[in-house]
Amino acid sequence: MQLTLWTYEGPPHVGAMRVATSMEGVHYVLHAPQGDTYADLLFTMIERRAARPPVTYTTFQARDLGGDTANLVVSAVREAYQRFAPRALLVGDSCTAELIQDQSGALAMGMQLPIPVVPLELPAYSKKENWGAAETFYQLVRALVPARAPGAPRPPRPGGRPRANLLGPTSLGFRSRDDVREVTQLLASVGVDVHVVAPLGATPEQLRTLTDADFNVVLHAEIALTTASWLHRVHGMPMVRTVPIGVGATSDFLAEVGRVAEVDVSPALDAASSRLPWYSRSVDSTYLTGKRVFIFADGTHAVAAARIARDELGFTVVGLGTYSREMAREVREAAAAHGLEALICDDYLEVEAAIAAAAPELVLGTQMERHIAKRLHIPCAVISGPFHVQDVPARHSPQMGWEGANVIFDTWVHPLMMGLEEHLITMFREDFEFGDHAGASHLGKTAGGAAVLTAAVDPPATRAPAAPDVRVPSPAASLSAPEVRWSADGERELKKIPFFVRKKARLNTERFAAERGVDVITVETLYEAKAHYGK
Amino acid sequence: MTGTALPVIGTGCADLPVLKERGQREVFCGLTGIVWLHRKMQDAFFLVVGSRTCAHLLQSAAGVMIFAEPRFATAILGDRDLAGMADCNEELDRVVRQLLARRPDITTLFLVGSCPSEVIKLDLARAAARLSREYQGAVRILNYSGSGIETTFTQGEDACLKAMVPAMPAAASDERALLVCGTMADVVEDQFARLFAELGIGPVHFFPPRRAAALPPVGPGTQVLLAQPFLNETTRALVARGATLLSAPYPFGVEGTTAWLRAAAEAWAVTPARFASAIAAPAQRARTAVARYRETLDGKRLFFFPDSQLEIPLARFLARECGVELLEVGTPYLDRLLVDPELALLPPTQLAEGQDVERQLDRCRAQHPDLTICGLGLANPLEADGLRTKWSIELVFSPVHGFDQAGDLAELFARPLQRIAKLKV
Repeated sequence: MQLTLWTYEGPPHVGAMRVATSMEGVHYVLHAPQGDTYADLLFTMIERRAARPPVTYTTFQARDLGGDTANLVVSAVREAYQRFAPRALLVGDSCTAELIQDQSGALAMGMQLPIPVVPLELPAYSKKENWGAAETFYQLVRALVPARAPGAPRPPRPGGRPRANLLGPTSLGFRSRDDVREVTQLLASVGVDVHVVAPLGATPEQLRTLTDADFNVVLHAEIALTTASWLHRVHGMPMVRTVPIGVGATSDFLAEVGRVAEVDVSPALDAASSRLPWYSRSVDSTYLTGKRVFIFADGTHAVAAARIARDELGFTVVGLGTYSREMAREVREAAAAHGLEALICDDYLEVEAAIAAAAPELVLGTQMERHIAKRLHIPCAVISGPFHVQDVPARHSPQMGWEGANVIFDTWVHPLMMGLEEHLITMFREDFEFGDHAGASHLGKTAGGAAVLTAAVDPPATRAPAAPDVRVPSPAASLSAPEVRWSADGERELKKIPFFVRKKARLNTERFAAERGVDVITVETLYEAKAHYGK
Repeated sequence: MTGTALPVIGTGCADLPVLKERGQREVFCGLTGIVWLHRKMQDAFFLVVGSRTCAHLLQSAAGVMIFAEPRFATAILGDRDLAGMADCNEELDRVVRQLLARRPDITTLFLVGSCPSEVIKLDLARAAARLSREYQGAVRILNYSGSGIETTFTQGEDACLKAMVPAMPAAASDERALLVCGTMADVVEDQFARLFAELGIGPVHFFPPRRAAALPPVGPGTQVLLAQPFLNETTRALVARGATLLSAPYPFGVEGTTAWLRAAAEAWAVTPARFASAIAAPAQRARTAVARYRETLDGKRLFFFPDSQLEIPLARFLARECGVELLEVGTPYLDRLLVDPELALLPPTQLAEGQDVERQLDRCRAQHPDLTICGLGLANPLEADGLRTKWSIELVFSPVHGFDQAGDLAELFARPLQRIAKLKV
């Protein structure tokens, strides 16, 4: 039993819903009680899909238990087949149905429908959403791809351009829609055609032809690695594992495609069109140097973000973690490369504590970390699901490819600039022109009561606190006993330090004092610490 | 008497046949009530004992993804709990201790049953009793079920309030006291409290209270006035403790609010003149406010999918005060005890109880209503089909009761129609 306030992932049957909803011609009969239909709104409201997800719920009630819940499955399957005429049917249990053990998949198989029926076993009490999506996709592909004699060589590739499948984009996948377009263009730039994109937008008929492509591109390992590995093992299809997020990774991706597809990618690499490298070298970006960033996301996006942060923006990664346990190994490796221990965890409170302790200057996370960052008054950019209505912007906004790198530069740097702006407002508040009594300049002299205006306009959460540093728990201080205190002199001197490094100076000094058993921080301690840490 | 002369339209729906359906239901389970209950009682914590689905429902369905530390959580059952490797009761005690150590501000903890906990027959009543002994004097621990196999959406509030009834103190005397039941916004309660004071009705208690630790008294003098039409079990529990139910329509719109207040006024023998003068000004304000939206709503054809149990009272308000035509009024279940006063006022229409969502969608599309009131899962797909919709969950979360909210209530239905008239894309 695990105490959970917020969850990063839903139950595994929601992953199955994501696969079914991504595709055309697939229907999912879910053995579930009343209430589980809440999941429909993830698709109709959060993703704003114009159609209901292709899911029929058996809706059993207490009075059905021990009675005819199994009959409900049979009638739901029959009615769904007649009404929706799917070309492939998924049948499985939600968490409660798993407990009553009606064998819904076997019941449906026994109905001899003239379409492929894929029974799903998604253990709801040990697995989660992304695993459910991966397993569903895998079972569906296994059921549909024609069998191949073991050991038989792959038929030689017909002439013409090489063809790749893009595996992993799904409904409720972070920027899946836009990444598909971007990666398709990227492959076209090296003369590779996209054969099938799956699950997003695929039909059962297309899945049958997956092996006609020359190789698979795994865009989201959480969803597609199981399937791609099986296609590799059983059908001898090579797979490209590099995820093209960031300039370096996009180059590596093209190089890997070049090797697998035997095409020359050097012209495409020479023509690389991202603005990120120049923007990052531009002198105005100097202030980004060494910015401390904390990264927490799904495995794919966390690993990609760490590389971009360090190698392409010149940040320092001070925390790296994921809620995707299936990706723990990859994330641990990436963290080790940054000299960090990865945070593999789906406990929101633990993540919050880790962020507070690391005292980063930028958080790259999910919508949940965005809220943590807001409370800690740290700028934040969202880099990964769980899905939020803001993650389907109206405009094209990919994460992958050259354009994705542009989007990432803007998305990560703008919150820092906004953060700076907020601090400037706080700093200048001490100047008489900017005091609370002065009205907004564009409103002229008559507009008094700026305090009222700001109060009305600024939501409290976004307002910079008068003293940003007092809100952040001080890990050094809390670790040491007795607690380190500041002398009045030391405190006054600290306030003379520019606001944007003051927080770090305070933390470093406290850590320095704690390590040396200094109880009271004086002006001397402050400067000794400064000399010790540099900058 | 101002504002009390009611138009009589037919004989109402009391005797009309009801279409009863059984099939896929597109409604929330009772856990959803936690979303407004925890905000009403700020010293209470709701711990769902359930699955990851329950936790996911609470954070997705309610649109409350603000990720502050909330006063609700889920104790997620794992394989170990189900396989009997871990004693569920010991595990639950451990989670409760962990939680209460973290939140010393909590005075009442609700252990909330879910579909999985019901199916594995985890006895939360015994757990609550056991933990109550442990935390005696510090935290009151109650339990109820919000499971989808037993409750639909607003029934969760009914189950929660019912669980509090045994903990209510016995009234010190048999003196008459008014107990207004059903969660309303604080601002609305304050409005009603002022009106009752003006009418000389008192003492007045609201249930649920703003602090779960301060439960109102109940006894033979308690007169129960329901502000929400879904408190069947709570009402029965209160009656069992000696209370009397004041039967009335619900306080939506001018007519409903007037009749609701009058039920209390009659029990307190308030003179008609005093009643008329007390409600004259707010009722007139409400009429003015509603009139503004009647223009938009008059003659529009409405279709209600079942959702919150508010469908019948709201349909009555929209038909009688805003001039809409009702095509179908769906409700998750029909409890005559609580809705008879409403059915008597409702113009004849197709009443539907329960749901087979596919068939209901067929009927809805065939009739092409001007406005469809439905849950979040159906709204955008219907919009995409060219229908205008109003998501029903807002009706539960917004202050819509009483005179001073009557205009706001009408506006909620007028807004989708006014919006579509504005859009040129």
